[in-house]
Parts: sequence; C-alpha cells; structure tokens
Amino acid sequence: MSGWTRFLPIALLALIVGALVWRLANPPDTTVQSALIGKPVPEFEAPPALPGKPPLSSAELADGKPKLVNIFASWCLPCIAEAPLLAELSRQGVPIVGIAVRDRPEDLARFLQEHGDPFERIAADPQSKIQLAFGSAGVPETFVVDGRGIIRMQHVGAIEPDDLPRLARAVEAAR
Amino acid sequence: MIAEAGLAALWLAAALALLQLFLAFGPAPVRAEGTAPVRAVAIAQGTLTLFAMAMLVALFLRTDLSVLLVAQNSHSAKPWLYKLAGAWGNHEGSMLLWVTVLGLSGAILAIFSRRLDTRTFRSAMGAQGALALGFFAFLLLASNPFARLNPPAAEGRGLNPLLQDPGLVFHPPTLYLGYVGLSVAFSLAVGALISGRVDSALAKAMRPWVLGAWVLLTIGIAAGSYWAYYELGWGGWWFWDPVENASLMPWLAATALLHSINVLAARDSLRAWTVMLAMVGFSMSMVGTFLVRSGILTSVHAFAVDPQRGTFILVLLSFYIGAAFALFAIRSGKLAEGPRFELVSREAALVGNNLLLTVILGIVFVGTLYPLFVEAVTGDKLSVGPPYFNTVAGPIALVLALLVAIGPLLSWRRDSGGKLKRLVIPALVGLTLVVVLLLAPPGGHLLSKLGLAIAAMLAIASFLPLAGRKFRRTPLSVWGMVVAHFGVAVALAGMAGSTLLSKEVLTAARPGDRVAIGPWLVEFHSIMPAAGPNWTALEAELRASRGGGVEILKPQVRFYTDPPTETSEAAIETVMSGQLYTVVGRATGDGRWQLRLWWKPLITLLWLGAALIALGGLLALVGRASRGWRKEHQR
Repeated sequence: MSGWTRFLPIALLALIVGALVWRLANPPDTTVQSALIGKPVPEFEAPPALPGKPPLSSAELADGKPKLVNIFASWCLPCIAEAPLLAELSRQGVPIVGIAVRDRPEDLARFLQEHGDPFERIAADPQSKIQLAFGSAGVPETFVVDGRGIIRMQHVGAIEPDDLPRLARAVEAAR
Repeated sequence: MIAEAGLAALWLAAALALLQLFLAFGPAPVRAEGTAPVRAVAIAQGTLTLFAMAMLVALFLRTDLSVLLVAQNSHSAKPWLYKLAGAWGNHEGSMLLWVTVLGLSGAILAIFSRRLDTRTFRSAMGAQGALALGFFAFLLLASNPFARLNPPAAEGRGLNPLLQDPGLVFHPPTLYLGYVGLSVAFSLAVGALISGRVDSALAKAMRPWVLGAWVLLTIGIAAGSYWAYYELGWGGWWFWDPVENASLMPWLAATALLHSINVLAARDSLRAWTVMLAMVGFSMSMVGTFLVRSGILTSVHAFAVDPQRGTFILVLLSFYIGAAFALFAIRSGKLAEGPRFELVSREAALVGNNLLLTVILGIVFVGTLYPLFVEAVTGDKLSVGPPYFNTVAGPIALVLALLVAIGPLLSWRRDSGGKLKRLVIPALVGLTLVVVLLLAPPGGHLLSKLGLAIAAMLAIASFLPLAGRKFRRTPLSVWGMVVAHFGVAVALAGMAGSTLLSKEVLTAARPGDRVAIGPWLVEFHSIMPAAGPNWTALEAELRASRGGGVEILKPQVRFYTDPPTETSEAAIETVMSGQLYTVVGRATGDGRWQLRLWWKPLITLLWLGAALIALGGLLALVGRASRGWRKEHQR
C-alpha cells in the first residue's frame, strides 16, 4: 500500500473525533417544542359542562387576559393529582379555564366537589373534538394562551410541583 | 470487605497492565526477552479482573446496600436472576464487564498463541496492555463500581423495569464478549505492523478470535433485536437506532475481516487491507461504547448523559485509534504486495464481498453521525431514519447476497467459471419467483420482493459448494460456511417476507369482541389484574384461532413499583409460518381497551436464520481450532 491512501484512515478519524468533541462541548437540546406554539387556539363553541357553570368558547380566550387552559376529565387519575396545584395557581391569581373531555355532568360535579374547582369556565367536550383541535392526545394537558388567543406554551401530562414556577412565568410573559 | 477486595484487585490488575506495556515496549533493561514474562503478567491480570467482576456480582447477589452502585440499581425484592444481571445493567458494572473481557482475552491470547512470531506476539501483548491500562484508568478514576455509601441505604432504588428481562442476562455479556474479542485482532494487527510480518501465520492466529467474536456479536445483536421486538411492544425488530447501529458496525467490519482473513491465510494476499479491517473492527467497538456511554445520540439505550465520562472515553479511543492508524500510515508502505489474482477468482469475489460490506458499513456510519455533522456545520437539526438506511443499504445488501451464491464456487487465483454452471437451477428458481411476485399481488415493496427471490436462490445455491465432495471428508469449516450462507438466505427470507406480508390492526375492543387479522380470529376474552414479585399488571386474555385449536395469549400492561414505571409486555404466539404479536394498551374510558395486533408471516425465519449464521461460525471455529490443534500435536 502506498501514497496518500495510507493517511486516509487517520484523516477520517480526525474529522470524526472533531465532530464528537464538538457534540460533547455543545450538548444537544432535547426539549421538543410543540408545533402549536404561536398558533391561535382553534375556533370552538361549547355547551356548558355543568348547570350553573359558565361555558367556554374560543372568543373568551381572546378577551385580553392570558389564561391557563386545562384539558381534564373526572375519570382521569393524574387529573386528581394535579388538582391541588391548579388550585395553588388559581390562588396566585392565574385565571384557569377547563375543557372536560368525555365527561358526564354528575361525575364532573362530584370531581369538582371532591378535588376543588379552580375553573372560571368549563367547556363540555363529549366527543374529544375540542381536545383534538388543540392537538392534545391525552388528559391532562395544560396550555398557556395569551390575551389575543395565541397558544404560548403546551404542557403535556399532569402538572408537578416543579412545573409551577415555569407555568406562572409563562402566564406572566404572555401578559 | 468484598468491595474492597474487588477494588484492590482492580488496582493490582491496572499495575500489571502497565508492567505488560513496559515488558513489550519499555527501554532495554525493562523489556523482557522471550515471551514467558509477558505471558505470566497477562494471565495474572486476566485472573485479577475476573476476580473483581466476581466480587461485584457477589455484592449484587447479596444486595449489599452499603455499596453505592447496588443501592442505585438493585432492590432486595428482585428475583435473583435480575440481581445477577443488575451487576452489568448499569454504567459502572458494564464497564467492569468490558474490562474483564479485555483482561481475559489478553490472558487467553497469552496461553494459546504459541506459533506466532515472537516480536509480533510481544508487541501485540504490549498493545493489549495499553488498551487495558486506559480502560482501568477510566474505571478507577471516573467510574468506580465499588464506591461505598455511608450510611448504607435502607433499600435499593431498583432496576429499570425495561431491563428486568432474561434478555439482560444474555444480551450485554455476549455483545461485550464480541466487541472486546475484536480487541485481540486489533492488538495482533498492531503487533504485526510493528514487526512488519503480515503473513499467513498472523491470519491463522487472528482467525479464531475474529470467528469467535463474530459468532458472539451475531448472537448478541440477534438477541438484542428479539428483546427490543417483544419488550418495547412496537412490533418491529430493527429501528436503525444509533445504538443498534453501533453494534451493527463492528459486526459488519468483523464480517468483512472474517472473509479477508481467509484470503490472507490461504493466499497471503490483501495484507494491508486485512490489517486495516482488524483495526477498524475494534475501533468500531470503541466508538459504539462511546456512543452508548456518553449518551450524545438520542437513543433507547441512553441511560444517562454524562459528558465527563464521554470525554474520557473519547480521549481514550482517539488515542488508541489514532496511534494505530498512524502506525498504519507509517508502516503499511513497507508491506509487500501479496500474490496477484485474476478478476474471476475466489480472491476477487472476496474482495467484492469486502468492498460491499465496507460500503454498507460506511452508509450506516454516515447515517448515524450525519445529524451531528450537519448540526455542527449549519446548526440545522435533523434525524436520519429507516427510509435512508433501507433504500440505500438494502440494494447493496441484495447484491452482496447474490455474490454469496457465486463466490464459494470459484477457485483461488484464477477460475474458468466451470462450476458456475451449477448456479443455473437456483438462478431459474429466483427468476421465476421474481416474475411471480412482480405479477401476482399488487402493491408491496419492490426491495422485499427481490429479497424473497434472492433468498430462495441463495438457499439452494449455498449448498452447491458441497457438490462433488465426500460428506465425511469435507472439513468442518466448509460445513460452517455452507450453514452460515444458508442462514443468510433464511434470515433474508424472514426480513423480506415479514416486511412484505405483515398485517397490523389497531383497535379498541370490549371483552367479548372479535378481531380478524390475517388468517387469525382473535377473541378479546377478558382483562384481569395480575401480580408478580415486584409488579402488578392488567392482563388481557386473548383467544386466537386459525380454524383449528385455540391459542391463549396474555399480553400485559405492567406497573412496577421500584422505580414506578409502566411497561407493556407483548404476548407472542409462534407457529411455523410466523408470529402473532399482541399488545394491550390503555382503557379508552368507555369500557373498551386499545388492542394492537400484528400477524408477521415468515418472521420466524429471521430468528432461525440468525441462529444458523451463528451456528455456521461456530462450526468453522471448531473446525479451524481442532485442525490447528492436530497440526500442533503432530509435530
């Protein structure tokens, strides 16, 4: 074997090691940004989920004040786990509205009675139509929507204590 | 005491590795003449690392919670098998296993390698000592498996439930034995470059190591693939995940090496190329280890992202591979070219095999690291998935399969092509199948159809090298080749057939509902709670029939408590013609459950084919080793 080909392996190695060193120095950002960020909320008009509770439509999400939109259900166990944290956010003055997915009024009433009711308004979503329009695949999910009805953040899964400051910051930033 | 004994053994072994390095390459007064001292040191070093590994296993079996690693990765309520496997189901333990295999390889090389040129042997042992030293340093300075925890934990944190599977007991050790077995080929190549004696004796010394490592890699990869297939519940058996690729790349290099080494052993040709491949094989193992342990590529295997440890391994591997490649650049110019051969000859076919395998290796390598290069240069993020790998590597693999049918029929040096006439029948079978498949069912993937046809052709052609031979006098290594090549045909039929004919149904069903899939009618009979030693589950009972008797399948959703994790346990019914693969998912909220069913015809052939390939390698290894043994003792 002769000529420059003998040096090819070591040159390739140098190139590869260079790339690996770069990667180690610049760790990849593994957070996946939701594709919905920056998009307006979908148009919807929902019937009231409970007698006496104001219903929710997309117009109310663009009333000038940022809100948390919580997609939940009385039959969802993680929703029970996050209920006290939603109550805490509500106490801090964050307006929260809910979308109750595939629920029955009597179950929903019992859920709110047992685990607290931080919701200003609740939309009934018996066929998951609003949920799907929001690009949500499961319950619970929480969106931060700004005063013009633009989605600013999507949180998939139950809210955990560590998430509270981040959510509060996102609502503050959406003001 | 056990932990301290293990740690002491590691330090001693590291000191011996340093001594081994000096005995081979040190200044004159230290450097030993002859080979006896270096042999003794290598054997002692191997024994000590084995002892350290045994100590770690003992700590895990006793669930000694005063050891940090045990407390973090084990739990007293685990079945003993997973306590055992827990010893290597984590970073530190798996690196200790790595070093243990490295040490043992050195010891075995020291015991059995008697016919090699003295200078080559001593330099190879020095290289092996240098490799061991670096990884001892990594273990002792950056990943001590024996670190104590004071005060001891009250209970362990448990093992990742995805790893609580018999797969963990076999998959990492076989793969590591294969990975690290290639280190000997690497060291021998370094030794031969230093002594300048790249010849048939070197090839014969290297061959059992490459064969053994290759068999173990084959088994390890197939076992890992089957494990992912049933444990992840995604129904696929290969995802082109970076870590899967990391295990495939050494295998591809070893497969190429396995073939080129035969050319070197029989004909003394392809010297520089074989030496290069021997270096590339273990280099790929180190790169694979780096990719897994550093966690820099997103993968199902990324246990923990640790840039510091990643840096350590990267420094080690750049040093070793860099030194080896530099040596190659300096010394390979002095290697004389071997005897020449004609374009139609066994050598030429094997060169073709090597080129194609190397191209596939390059494709996998580029695909795995391409996202990283792009992001480094342009800042764009992208990922490379199955469409790239399948469409680019697939056709080349098929051409390679064609060559597998032809190569073994050619004779060394030059061939008039006389034996190629035997290929008429298999070729006709293949062509007929192509025509039938292209005409008959509409749709389906072209590559899979071609794959099936080529598999059929190769299945027949792989036996042709036996034609005209007396069966009882045919060397075992020829049988090994025939069985392995037949295995390639069988596995190819499994891959192509299951891709072409798979059926999938995703549905929500109530107990009592029936779902039809392929030839099966599956009744969702019931769903009940079930419990194991450290988990609870919801277990569905599915009753599947194809007209005849009823098969009962019980897929589960499992909830582990330590640590709390949900896993899906697929239930698989294996019949001759394929596998029925069932997964139960979540409740939909209205009394129905998600059911996911696959009917995968011919996939059984894939697993059978992999086993045959490994068996073929094993036959060749036994054949070569016993022949070498006889020669040694006739003298």
